[in-house]
Amino acid sequence: MSCTTFFDGDTFIHRLDPRPRIIVTLAFAAVTAFSSNSGVLCAALAAGLALAVLARIPAAALRRRLLRLNIFTVVLFVTVPPTFPGRTAFALFSIPFSVEGLLWSLSTAMKANAIVLVFAALMGTIDLFTLGHAFHHLKVPVKLTHLFLFTLRYLDVLHHEYVTLLRAMKARSFRPSMRLHTYRSYAWLTGMLLVRSLERSERILEAMKCRGFSGEFHVLKHFRFSAADAAFSAVSFAVLALFLAAELAGAAAVW
Amino acid sequence: MHISDGVAPIPVAVAGALAALPGIAAGLKVLKEERIPAAALVSSVLFLSTLLVRLPLGPSSVHPLLGGLAGLLLGWSAMPAFLISLFLQALLFQFGGITTLGINTFVMGMPAVGVYLLFNGRIRRERDTRKAFCLGAAAGIAAYLASFVLWAGALLLCGRQLAAIVAIAFLPNLVLAAAEGIFTGFIVSFLARVYPAIFGAPAFEAEGEGL
Repeated sequence: MSCTTFFDGDTFIHRLDPRPRIIVTLAFAAVTAFSSNSGVLCAALAAGLALAVLARIPAAALRRRLLRLNIFTVVLFVTVPPTFPGRTAFALFSIPFSVEGLLWSLSTAMKANAIVLVFAALMGTIDLFTLGHAFHHLKVPVKLTHLFLFTLRYLDVLHHEYVTLLRAMKARSFRPSMRLHTYRSYAWLTGMLLVRSLERSERILEAMKCRGFSGEFHVLKHFRFSAADAAFSAVSFAVLALFLAAELAGAAAVW
Repeated sequence: MHISDGVAPIPVAVAGALAALPGIAAGLKVLKEERIPAAALVSSVLFLSTLLVRLPLGPSSVHPLLGGLAGLLLGWSAMPAFLISLFLQALLFQFGGITTLGINTFVMGMPAVGVYLLFNGRIRRERDTRKAFCLGAAAGIAAYLASFVLWAGALLLCGRQLAAIVAIAFLPNLVLAAAEGIFTGFIVSFLARVYPAIFGAPAFEAEGEGL
């Protein structure tokens, strides 16, 4: 298992410049979170689904992610309607579920799903290292970008070390159970990883210094904002403006 | 203990981001270029450990949050470290979200910084492993409970109707805090024995104090 997977592919979304994709994702998330009109939310959800289909995100992976998210929305549906003031829709074990509460839960679930779909389709399709470079070009603070890139770079390495250590423990018949011994073993495993990672970081720093590291990080990837990117940005922002206008004008609601 | 996309209305999301911003800026400011690899590797380990370690608890198992440990090891840099790991969790696993990234960073990061200010000095000097365990456990529990309080507060700000979730989550989280404390305690006592210099590392800020 790799910790730094992304949705690989070769659709037109994959070929777009990462920078407008990041900005459109953030704008979409903001507009969707702001909206409460059910028509707008349906449209946002449809847009999310359309993008996920266009990016050809593997159905199994998408299902897994949406399932994980919707475990939480189920909790909302169970806990919010009984305490939300409003008309009673139905009663379960004599606990009244209010119409307003159910609608609130539904629109929250729709917002969350729409944002997750767009997030996966537009940003989940960027290789994480390219994402780091895009952050750099978007003027995210240099140190934060470095921290991001280094964290990513060593996730897989350290994951490998974790698996090795755990295998060594299992070879000595370690089986997790609810005992202090298990907690201590896992703690020592984490501690050992920390010790090793710090020693590794010393070596990395020395290697960087050997190669003349002076605090500046040279970014190798540069992006080109092409006509296709301009078209994508224009269409996206037009759609978002439409959502916003419909929300503010109080457009026809589905409910 | 994350807040998902869609739950937080825009004012709360913006307030959360604004609240997290000074801490993130401070964390980046004290982090010297030279220390970035060390900070990044520590945060990679914390990220992996919260993801992969499953502490058995009754019939089920829980994953540690390690906010306290992050504070002890990273100091103020825990803020940017949590920002990155929460971003990755949202992107790769759909825990949390992008509109709520600021709130979640604040909820996880501020208790870590608080634990650093409260406990780091004492743990740095502690050579007795049993006392190191107690300090570590206290740090772990304090950070966990503080995160829970901030999380509950943020949820209530998002809407009074979410109070039921907070009420349901209250008791289980006390048990989880205890598990977290024991786990953090063992890690800290291990590190105090094997590699005590590691607690000098939030000297990601101090002059020349090497690892």
